Amino acid sequence: MADRVLVAMSGGVDSSATAIILKRAGYDVIGVTMKLWQGENIDSELEVKTCCGTDSARDAKYVCQKFNVPHYTINYADAFRKDVVDNLIYEYFAGRTPNPCIRCNTYMKWGELVKLADKLQAEYIATGHYARIREAGDGEFRLLKGVDGHKDQSYALWGISRGLLSRTLLPIGERQKSGIRQLLQDEGINFFEKPESQEICFIPDDDLPGFLKESAEKLGLEITEGDIVDDSGEVIGKHKGLPYYTIGQRKGLGISNPVPLYVKDIDTEHNRLVVSENDDLRSSNCTVTNLNWLISPPKPDSEVEFEVKIRYRHQAARALCSVNNDGSVRVEFKQPQRAITPGQSAVFYDRERVMGGGVIDNVD
Amino acid sequence: MRKVYLDNNATTQLHPEALDAMLPYLKDSYGNPSSIHQFGREVWGDIVDARASVANLLGCDTSEIYFTSGGTEADNIAVIGTAYANADKGKHVITSSIEHHAVLESCHYLEKNGFEVTYLPVDEDGCVNPDDLKKAIRKDTILVSIMHINNETGSIQDIKTMASIAKDAGVYFHTDAVQSAGKEPVNVGALGIDLLAASAHKINGPKGSGLIYIRKGTKVEPRMYGGHHESGMRAGTENVAGIIGLSKALEISCANMETEYHRYTDLTSKLWNGITSQVDDVVLNGCKCGNRRFPNTLNISFKGIEGEAIILNLDIIGIGVASGSACSSGSTDPSHVLLAMGVESWVARGSLRISFGKFTTEEDIDYVIEQVPPVVERLRKMSPVYNR
Repeated sequence: MADRVLVAMSGGVDSSATAIILKRAGYDVIGVTMKLWQGENIDSELEVKTCCGTDSARDAKYVCQKFNVPHYTINYADAFRKDVVDNLIYEYFAGRTPNPCIRCNTYMKWGELVKLADKLQAEYIATGHYARIREAGDGEFRLLKGVDGHKDQSYALWGISRGLLSRTLLPIGERQKSGIRQLLQDEGINFFEKPESQEICFIPDDDLPGFLKESAEKLGLEITEGDIVDDSGEVIGKHKGLPYYTIGQRKGLGISNPVPLYVKDIDTEHNRLVVSENDDLRSSNCTVTNLNWLISPPKPDSEVEFEVKIRYRHQAARALCSVNNDGSVRVEFKQPQRAITPGQSAVFYDRERVMGGGVIDNVD
Repeated sequence: MRKVYLDNNATTQLHPEALDAMLPYLKDSYGNPSSIHQFGREVWGDIVDARASVANLLGCDTSEIYFTSGGTEADNIAVIGTAYANADKGKHVITSSIEHHAVLESCHYLEKNGFEVTYLPVDEDGCVNPDDLKKAIRKDTILVSIMHINNETGSIQDIKTMASIAKDAGVYFHTDAVQSAGKEPVNVGALGIDLLAASAHKINGPKGSGLIYIRKGTKVEPRMYGGHHESGMRAGTENVAGIIGLSKALEISCANMETEYHRYTDLTSKLWNGITSQVDDVVLNGCKCGNRRFPNTLNISFKGIEGEAIILNLDIIGIGVASGSACSSGSTDPSHVLLAMGVESWVARGSLRISFGKFTTEEDIDYVIEQVPPVVERLRKMSPVYNR
């Protein structure tokens, strides 16, 4: 009997192609659309845009039906709120800039979907991510960057449990994006005139401040105005509440200055926003916590050199990584990097291979 | 792969005789029944016959039957149309907490438009206590709408008693008989009701065809405006084939009602015994003794596992069953019907609805008895909440 695989289907191009490729390759494919978000303010227009809307579920179901693949829409709204949405809110309130897509991968796809795979006796799960998994000669499975360098999404997959790599299929990562569009066209699927997914799928109109304000009211969190200070500690303006700002941010500070100012530090302890000129945002060191290794975990007190990527669009930079006794990692870049941001992920690479990753905790 | 369909409360297979009866109207007899010429007249005459047949089976006058696009439309006319037409007398409506969405959503619509709705509770068998109805009726109550047989659990409501309570209070009584018409004796006179909704596709008729019975003299506003079709109660050129199919399906199911009832009773016992002899911690949702439950429906919950996981596993091996009602599947929200019955949360989330129809065979049941226990066993092994 063919190997069974659950494909996480958003209704978009990449996951649809994933299902088709695997079906053509002879797998026993089951399509699953994970219904993740049921915001009160989701209207029909937004649903078209997001990956969790009902229109998207319909498109996924349609593709499955065309290829004689069973499809189920499963509601994971509770788990998503708990593990992804609430975390995002609390992180912003802690003065950090979270990456909800990474948590969604770790907790939803390589969490909930794997649980469903077990229940449905599926050996594999698959997603439409641009990354690859290779079995090395020693039986070890390695997570690698996608073939299409522009689309590589390996950064967002560092949180997969190492043991699940052998149960994961990422067929899209072997191809170029242009080839995926062509494949769908050749297969007669032509309704994909969709915009690329937006910033954060559950935030309407990409209005993060509005979302945080509304969430704060619901969760009983307070957003308090405070001072904006420069490097010397001199007060030069007022901020609207620290959750609204991100390290490196330039726009929306409301301060006129001959030289552009950037957010350098979010000081939640004193409710202050520290701003500075560009060059001051560079730093060489940071500490990374919540580690997940996709290799045999390095021993405490050991030092390894990796290329470290500190946000999705960052060019990975060489750094010396030393493992602390508590499992956290001290990262020392060879060259100072701009706007290392707490809450974002640091992902360790050895050329093409993802070795592990974690969340940036503090920068110095 | 063997295919077994056990979701007959969602819809049923079209009866070959109903199909044969419908075919002429999809081919040669294409006239518009409203037309003055013979093309129209011949079709018109057949609709008159169909209406007479249906009226006869439900025990009413032909002028009291109006064909609709299905049960949902009939419920909308009954609830909203009656409320609007009688708003001068009061703006209070009473229904139950286990109604189909066709009634519940119509009530929600009324609430948004200045009406007040009371949702009566049900007991652990899923039945409304007629005394609760008596207490809920007020001076400004204009309509009571209680379903006859529940689609999720098969619970049978005491329509006769409740209709009589409404009648004594001078309040109109509607029943959603979508799951009962053709399966359980439905005589509108004997039940003492003013309005009734029924559907064709639940009794091996075609989809998109239903009817509403409106007792003569009942004040109801139409919900659809246009030509003078259906005595002005429901505008729109008749779904001729659908009406013929409905009439045929109702004839066949009424003729076989008693035999089918006994057959369903045997199948239910066989299934229940077959599963519980192999699997522990199974709960039957609805009337345990069977007196107040229609036997084509078996709603059961397995401790420690969600109904959804079982349904998906059964789907993969060709068995079609439901969790809760068809309209709310695709989400793991617990069933509003089971919650209203006061069941524990695991029961509401773990429920599996198996519903038989005319074409359900004993072999189908044997297959389910063979397939379900290993699935339950396997899922329980990986369940974090199930300890034996």
